[in-house]
Parts: sequence; C-alpha cells; structure tokens
Amino acid sequence: MAHIVIIGNGISGVTCARLVRKRSDDEITIISSETEHFYARTALMYIYMGHMKYEHTKPYEDNFWKKNNITLVHQYVEKVDAKNKNVTLKNGNSIQYDKLVLACGSKSNVPDIQGKDLLGIQSLYNYQDLQNMEINTKGVKNAVILGGGLIGIEMAEMLLSRNIHVTMLVREVAYWGGILPEEEAKMIGRHIAEHHIDLLLGSELSEIIGNKSGSVKAVKTKKGETIPCEFVGIAIGVGPNVSFLKDSGIEIDRGVLINDHFETNIPDIFAVGDCAQFKEPPAGRKPIEQVWYTGRMHAETLAKTLLGKRTRYQPGPWFNSAKFLDIEYQTYGDVPVKINEDEKGFYWEHDNRKISFRARYHAATGRLLGVNTFGMRLRHGVLENWILNKQNIEYVLSHLADANFDPEFFRTYEEEIIRKFNKENNTQLKTVKKSWKRLLQILNL
Amino acid sequence: MSASDLSIAQPHPQGADAIQKIGLSLAALGLLVLLVAMAGVTFEQRTLFLSIALGGILVGTVVYASRKYMTQPAGIKNNGVMHKQLTNRGVFGWMIGIFLTGFYVLLYWFPYLFGTGDKTNTGLVALFDPLSNFLNGGKADEYFVYGSVYSLAVLSLGIKFMLKYRNNRYQFTRTLVVILIQLSFAYVIPEILKSLQRPDASFEMDIKNFWPLKFDFFDGDNLNAMRKNGGLGMLFLVAGVLGFTVLAPIITYFTGKRWYCSWVCGCGGLAETAGDSFRQLSSKKLVAWKIERWLIYSVLIFVVIMTAGVLYTYFSGKGEGVSGPLRSAYGFMIGSIFSGVIGVGFYPLMGNRVWCRFGCPMAAYIGLVQRFKSRFRITTNGGQCISCGNCSTYCEQGIDVRWYAQRGQNIVRSSCVGCGICSAVCPRGVLKLENGPEQGRINEDPLLIGLLKQNKD
Repeated sequence: MAHIVIIGNGISGVTCARLVRKRSDDEITIISSETEHFYARTALMYIYMGHMKYEHTKPYEDNFWKKNNITLVHQYVEKVDAKNKNVTLKNGNSIQYDKLVLACGSKSNVPDIQGKDLLGIQSLYNYQDLQNMEINTKGVKNAVILGGGLIGIEMAEMLLSRNIHVTMLVREVAYWGGILPEEEAKMIGRHIAEHHIDLLLGSELSEIIGNKSGSVKAVKTKKGETIPCEFVGIAIGVGPNVSFLKDSGIEIDRGVLINDHFETNIPDIFAVGDCAQFKEPPAGRKPIEQVWYTGRMHAETLAKTLLGKRTRYQPGPWFNSAKFLDIEYQTYGDVPVKINEDEKGFYWEHDNRKISFRARYHAATGRLLGVNTFGMRLRHGVLENWILNKQNIEYVLSHLADANFDPEFFRTYEEEIIRKFNKENNTQLKTVKKSWKRLLQILNL
Repeated sequence: MSASDLSIAQPHPQGADAIQKIGLSLAALGLLVLLVAMAGVTFEQRTLFLSIALGGILVGTVVYASRKYMTQPAGIKNNGVMHKQLTNRGVFGWMIGIFLTGFYVLLYWFPYLFGTGDKTNTGLVALFDPLSNFLNGGKADEYFVYGSVYSLAVLSLGIKFMLKYRNNRYQFTRTLVVILIQLSFAYVIPEILKSLQRPDASFEMDIKNFWPLKFDFFDGDNLNAMRKNGGLGMLFLVAGVLGFTVLAPIITYFTGKRWYCSWVCGCGGLAETAGDSFRQLSSKKLVAWKIERWLIYSVLIFVVIMTAGVLYTYFSGKGEGVSGPLRSAYGFMIGSIFSGVIGVGFYPLMGNRVWCRFGCPMAAYIGLVQRFKSRFRITTNGGQCISCGNCSTYCEQGIDVRWYAQRGQNIVRSSCVGCGICSAVCPRGVLKLENGPEQGRINEDPLLIGLLKQNKD
C-alpha cells in the first residue's frame, strides 16, 4: 500500500484523491494551508455578495473525507525533500510519501509599480483574499479594478453589490480584448456601462497614491488621470504557486515542468492543475492551463497513472464559460480574436438583447473550428461532437436547435441567425427541428 | 458623491428609495387594517376598509417590487440573501415564522377568534363579508378569509417573483400560470359554484386539489355531499377520481411532477411565490434526505391505509371504531399540523417546501412516477460545471444538485418539483429541465466531457 501525498486541496488535488480512492486502498493525504476542507473557489464572489455562505461552497460534506479514508492536513508545506521522499510542514512535522502530487495552484500576479504595498490593495484568488476583501472594502465608496479579465469583472460585480462605485482600468482597447473579438468585447463593454461601472479602456496604471496612514487614496494612470479610490483590486492574471519548490530539485520554469503524463523530472513526483507547465503542450493548448475544467481533467488523467495505467493527457476540443455581470458566455473549440486567411468567421448579434453567436470555420471545407455565444446556452456534447467530427458550418447552422440548451420557453434565435448567414453567403439554408433521435446518437446514449 | 448616486436608475440601490417606501407604507397600511380587524374591531364601512386592506397589500407590494427590480438590468437578484435578517434565519425570519405558525394555530383550533358568527360576523371575518357576498351571495367565514388572504399572497408576491425573474421565460410563464390557477380554480370558481350547492350538503370545490393531497375526498360526508348535488357533484366526483388515477400519472410521465407541484398546486403556488425568499434555507445534508424519504413515504402509506378504512366503513357501515380515529389522527397530525402549521409556518426556518418535501403524499405518489416512469430529467451540460453550489443552495427541495452536475449526471430525483431555479441561478449554463426519451435519461455512471474518448476507460 503506497502513501500518496497531494499538496493542494483545490479541484485538481481533490479530483485526483477521489478518483484514486474509488479504485484503490492506497493511503491518501491532502495537505493545504488555505482551508481545512475543499471548497469551490469559483464561488468566492458569491460569498461576498451574499448569495451563499462559505459552507455552501463545499462540494462535499465534512464527513465525506473520513468516510472515504482521505486524510486532510491543514498546514503549509515549507519544502519538499525529493531525495528522502518527504515534505516538511510549517509546524515542523514532516510527512513521508511514496508518490507526491503537486496541485498547489496559482498565486496572483502583482504589478511592479509604486505604491503596490499600500493598504487596501489586493487580488482575489484564495479564501484569505476573500477575508481580506471584507476588511479592505469596509466603508469604501470608490474602487479601482486593474485588469479586464474574468477576475476583474467578478471583483467589480462584488463591489457593486456593496454599492461601491467601480472604475476598471483595462490596458486593451476593448474589454478582454486579448480573448474576445471586437463585437463581443463592445457588447460586454455596453453591459458594463449599464451597471454604472466606469470602464477606462486603453489605460494603464502608473502609480498608486497613499495617504498618511499608508492606505490607498487614489491611482494615477499613465495618461496622467488621477482617480480617487480607497480600494484597488488587482486582476492582472495568476501564475503558478511554486516558490516553495525552489530548492527541491524539481525542474521549474514558470510552473512545475511536466511531460504529457504529468510526470516531473523526478520519479514519483507529479504536477497537475494551475501549477503545472507542459514542456510540450498538447496541440493547440497553452503550456499552463489555468481553468477549473483543465485542473479537473489533468487530475482525471493522472489518477489513472497513479492507479497503474500510465495515461497520456489528451484533451478534447477546448471549452470554457464565464458570466459577465448578467450575461453568460460559452465557448467551444477555438475562436481567436484574429482568424487565419484560410478561415472565415460568422457573427450574429441581437439588436438589443445582448445575445450573440459567432462561429469560425475553414473557408474551403466549411469545417467548424469554434463557437462563441453570449446570452445563449449550448449543449456541450453536441458542440464537441460537431468540432471533433469536422462538421460543416452549413450543417451546424441548420441544426443549431439540436445544440440549444436554453431553458424551456426561452425565445430561440436559430431563424434569425440562419437568415443573416444566408444573406451574407448567398445560401438557402433552412433550420431543421430539434431531433432527440439525432441527439441520442451524438451524445452516445 | 459620484455620478451614480445621482442617477435615477442607480442599478445597485441600497435600502429603499422614496417610491419603495410609499409601496411599503401602502402594504403596511393594508396589513394594519387586517390586524385591527383581527383584534376584534368590526368596521362599519367594510367595502372601503377591505379595499384598503387588499388593495394596499397588492398595490404596495407591486410598487415596491417593480421599483426594486425594474431599475436594474434583468438577471439573478440574490445579493445579500445570506446577510439579511429575513432570509437568513435572523430576527425577522423568526418573527415571521412565529407569526405564521400562530396564525395557523388560531385558524385551525380557535376559529371563533376571527369573528365567524352564526347570524352575523364580527372582526376580521366581517371585514370580508362584502367580498364573500359578491362572489357567492353569502357571508364570509374564517376559511373564506384564509382563501382570500392566501390568494392575495400568491398574486402579489407572484408578481414580485415575475419581476425578479423577468430574465427567465420559464420562471415567468410558470409563475403566471400558478397565479391564474390559484385565483380561478382554487378561489373564484369554487366561491361562485358554492351558491349552486345545496346548503345542507356542501363539498369543497377546488377541482385540481386531488386525493391524496385532499385527504378528505373519500370522507363519507364529502361523498354524500357530491352524490346529493346532481350533475355538479358527479362532475367533481368523477374528476376527483380520474384526476389521481389517470390524469396525474399520465401528465407526470410526459413532464415530470412539476406540472402539478410548481405549476398547478396551491401549496406549491404559495411556496413558489410567497416562499421564494426562503428557498435557500432547506437542508442539503444527506441526513435530511434520509429523513425526507422516511417521512414522506410514511405519510403516503398512512393516507392510503386511512382512506381504505374510511371507504370500507362507508360502503360496509362497519369498522367505524378503527377508521374514525385513523381519519381524525390523520386530519390533526398531517392535515393541520404538518401541512399548515409546520408547512407554511416554518418557511423562514426550514425553507419554503417543508410540506412538499417531507410530507405531501401527492408529491410522494407522483414523485415515484417521476423517478421510475417519466420523460422528465434535469440534464447537466457536459463538463461545464464549476461546482460553485448556486444550484444546491437555491434548491428548495434540498437536492444537492451540484453533486450530480459536477459529475455530469442527469438529475432524476423523485423529490424534484421542477421549479427550474437551479437552472436559472447557474452561472455557467449547466442545467436544463427537459422532457425527452427514456433512453439515456438515467446515466448513473456518467463520463464528464472534456477528455478525448480514447483517454477514458
């Protein structure tokens, strides 16, 4: 019976532990300094806004771990001794392992600017950040968010729920401009304005100004604007949380370097989730994948290896989702801001409802490469199938009803979408009614 | 002061503005009239004061709610739910819980306090005389008052619900239907038909209130009353029997039990409208689920045995010594204490579906149909779940929706009333209530989408 020690109790570490436990009697220990039990950090914002309490964010009841014989250690790991196969904890104890899984997640990036150490400046990634945010935003009237990504908009929504006025400083010329094509970025920009958030595009921070007691008083942009505020939210991304591994002998670049089996340079040490960096990422993927789903998928794959069946990471088509204030976003496949010359794009947007659909496809063959939707839910299994099977754009648009995942009674937009496509491409496509028979086949049920 | 403080459409208001305060005052005025009458004051100008009471509550609630929700962009409005005294078992929550519990105790066991008189009414019941007279030509009694206030709650707080969830057409449609059915089938139509009944043999005429929820349907008195009322009585007798034997299971096969529990039923209607603020208070613990299964099926067995006894006595004339006490025990323990006092009184403490989840034999019965022979399921969307827990938190039936969603499993649970809120609050578009083929409906060993198939077992 081996002892598997997992550092980190986020989605990667916990998924790995659960899946190993399902099929093995190995001793399993999860070490985390963040919280005693696994919680969903995706829900941090909802705790602050009062939609949920911390206890609601825990996917498993507290007795789950004992029942499944998974030992939880609520401690900070100071260092890993790969030679003697043990980890040293902050309280001085050390734990021997046979196999070590590094699932220690990310830490927030900090901008290197004057005033970054003043009181009232913070990021939002872990539970401690949430606790700090409660303290840091008490009595605050004006806040500035630095960065226009997903955490930035979440922080903005959180602050709005406490009636704090928010200014967002975004470097790009459009909201989330690095990821979203222009039309979608503009639509989200309008929605942000509708919520009375001041969105300053193309602006960068030059300095944070403090008052006598060392708290934030204002920020200064590179254009020379001064914006008074008592809170600054930093949302310029996250990076692997690996500094404690510096002298361990484990090969590290930005993250823990791994092959496509999540193996590090040292036998019996693996890394998954945000902290891992592929030496050679799977086709079309980034070396560091920092979303919930990939963390889970890494762990699903590694669990098989730990159970004795050495398995390579083979992700399917990319997918992700988010919510910008009231607008839901889903993406399947790849929809980059700029498309290649041999590709075509199609975009439809509702006149006033903040609903949009975008598809990217191969010009010559019509093969679907990716889809973005806002304000419209799509069925993951159908989109995955279409992309994997190189489905033709004309088929996709006429069978969009099969993919619709909006609640019953919702308005559908398939007709409008196809009309626009027909007009632009001189085609005569017609919508085809949803068929459960086709769905069962596609979803393999 | 920033620009947003001056804007008339400040989308994130804190506290109530002037218009909202006017709305609250109107509703409070209406409530005050009812309380004064309940204290025993018999108004002279009843039509006027009753209009103030009912109109004030209705208009006040709608003014308050539309001001609250229509000034913000449409979306999910759960900010502060866990911080508020009312919605988080705080002082207000307990006060309302005690008030409602007390109201039901008085209604069931001290009805004379409401002012029902043999010849003339006094107090609260007298206040409702004009409305009763208008609908059925007779004077009011405490159950007319109860039905009126109940319908008013469903109407006014139902409109509030529709404004709150105006971004979601499932919620909007469902609530509109439940309000209309409460007002028509449960309130106005029975009151109008009342004048057509023989005064010496009257029966309750809420046609969609089926046995076993309506546990006294097979009471000897009720059966006799229907038999004595000619065509009208026969209609209700046939509808009542076909309702639970044929109609309920067939519709449940096609749509799940939601058609009844959250679109038609009066208890469900109140829970979904007046009780919406309390849905997050239901326990999601495994132990609560265990208690739920023991309790609700015990009640189902109890009502079947009790009714069998009552019918045996009715047809054979024998066994009154057993069936009588059984019937009284059921009426007292389940009919009054469980469904009324606890079922509604505990809204602010245990969530808005205490009765529907732990006690209702109708929910248990069509729940079994839903679980084992139905096209209804909540589909989870591949690998998109982020385990945030909004779905479980806001499930009024205490289903740990997330447990299924995060492993890609469809939710096929007998207790699901299909309110659709899990799907509404999901920030990632993971859940969809739908009716589809039975093939593939139950996927107990699901595969999460994300990895390529060859990467799976």
